[in-house]
Amino acid sequence: MSTSAPARRRVLAQTAFEARAILRNGEQLLVTIVVPVLVLVGLTKATGITIDTDGMSRIDFFTPGVLALAIMTSSFTSQAIATAFDRRNGVLRLLSTTPLGRSGLLAGKVLGVLAVEVVQVAVIVTTALLLGWHPSSAGLLLAVVAVVLGTAAFTSLALLIAGTLRAEAVLAVANLLLLLLAVAGGVIVPADRLPGPMAHVALLLPSGALGHAMRETLWHGPLPVWSVVVLVGWTAALGWGASRLFRWH
Amino acid sequence: MSTAPETAPGHLDCALVPDSPALEISGLVKRYGSRAVVDGIDLVARQGQVTAVLGPNGAGKTTTIECCEGLREPDAGTVRVLGLDPLADARALRPRVGVMLQDGGLPTAIKAREMLAHVATMYADPRDIGELSERLGVDSFAGTTVRRLSGGQRQRLALAAAVVGKPDLVFLDEPSAGMDPQSRHAVWDLVRELRDDGVAVVLTTHLMDEAEDLADHVVVIDHGRVIASGTVASLVASSTDRTLRFDSTPDLPLSALSAALRLTVSEPSRGSYMVTGAVDPSTVATLTAWLADEDALVTRLTVGRRTLEDVFLDLTGRSLR
Repeated sequence: MSTSAPARRRVLAQTAFEARAILRNGEQLLVTIVVPVLVLVGLTKATGITIDTDGMSRIDFFTPGVLALAIMTSSFTSQAIATAFDRRNGVLRLLSTTPLGRSGLLAGKVLGVLAVEVVQVAVIVTTALLLGWHPSSAGLLLAVVAVVLGTAAFTSLALLIAGTLRAEAVLAVANLLLLLLAVAGGVIVPADRLPGPMAHVALLLPSGALGHAMRETLWHGPLPVWSVVVLVGWTAALGWGASRLFRWH
Repeated sequence: MSTAPETAPGHLDCALVPDSPALEISGLVKRYGSRAVVDGIDLVARQGQVTAVLGPNGAGKTTTIECCEGLREPDAGTVRVLGLDPLADARALRPRVGVMLQDGGLPTAIKAREMLAHVATMYADPRDIGELSERLGVDSFAGTTVRRLSGGQRQRLALAAAVVGKPDLVFLDEPSAGMDPQSRHAVWDLVRELRDDGVAVVLTTHLMDEAEDLADHVVVIDHGRVIASGTVASLVASSTDRTLRFDSTPDLPLSALSAALRLTVSEPSRGSYMVTGAVDPSTVATLTAWLADEDALVTRLTVGRRTLEDVFLDLTGRSLR
């Protein structure tokens, strides 16, 4: 009688499969790695603009926000689009009938994104260090915690829209939301620089919370409790919604 | 995630009990909104047999199969796959049930070879990929990205993925759609081999020759219900009628001929006639004599049993949907 491979091997295989699919796709590579690196280099080297960096070097000021942006591109935009098209093309249904199953498939997708994030972080950190970045060494581990919390919130959002909207709509919504959250959400520019009430609203958004958490840890060290609460709250709400509303067909 | 061995409590070893059905559906109902797409289907498929589910588009074939694959939840009725429930016992069934979806479901960004190898890693003891690829001609496009494959190539790859785990039961939803004749015969050979190895094969099709050539058992579905089932021979023979076809001068007086033969006569296309009913040797003699009186030359005359297609069209009607 035919039996399944061990669960760990199935999930690892799916993880590698998903990570390869993202890293081999030109558009995904552009959005997840090339764009954040260009933003980082542009903001650091641009001479035509003046930016108040609170006395920090530009690279120290901007690198945490660029890392937050990169996390959003992989765990949200890229994940949402890939999952939506897999859903439309029947890939989710076919793979869920193999011993991988639905839970293994989702685990593989989430771990695949984490693997892509390792590549993103390595590329961006290397670039930043070459440009003279000096992060707070006390906050490095806590920044990793922030990355994991942010990934959870944005993956939940990705699965919610990928499992409920048509693939073409997801393509539009995922890119638009990324742009809105990045611009209005205090990701690259700290929330307190945003005009009027946006300064407060941004900190309640998952993007603002992630940006704030990355800056606080990499600038000063401690992980802001408020950002943790916001990210965990979004993860719980969006994850609950996704588990209730996700349609496999 | 658990790594416990995935054998279900009390599962039936069908290899030891050849008569126990591999698939047993009773009273299955599935509604989309208020519309019952599957409306009380009973169906049994056995190990070592090919069961063809036949029906026009929209008859409920795919929905029925998807309920068996654990992809849809029935609204009523029971489905037992290898003695187990497709939803509650999904973990135990996945390694034992192979699935080929109608819309493929293959990831498109990778090469055919990688796709098959990936699916194979999900099983403890998969089939030899090289042998399987050669059998289905997958090796000729193994290095091609799935996105660039033709419809028939994708179908063959999807079939390879469905059987790579050595399943006890395979569901093939329109396996030879979009295939050239060579591909179809490669697929049919593989299906026969699976059957001879004791695998239960359940396939949907609307290709009559596929059902006629392959199936041990045919179930005809229309409007979500089973309207006929049995072996091809029993379905075709269930009527004692034969069909006599002949070609001759167009526009012969059908009612007069019908009266002479005491059988139904029609002219489906100009100059081609069909006589149906209890055709016997005297029918042929009467026909040729009547045509001689009409000074009409017969250019072709065949008498045959009804084909599965005749039976199917009689059952499901000739109107387009």
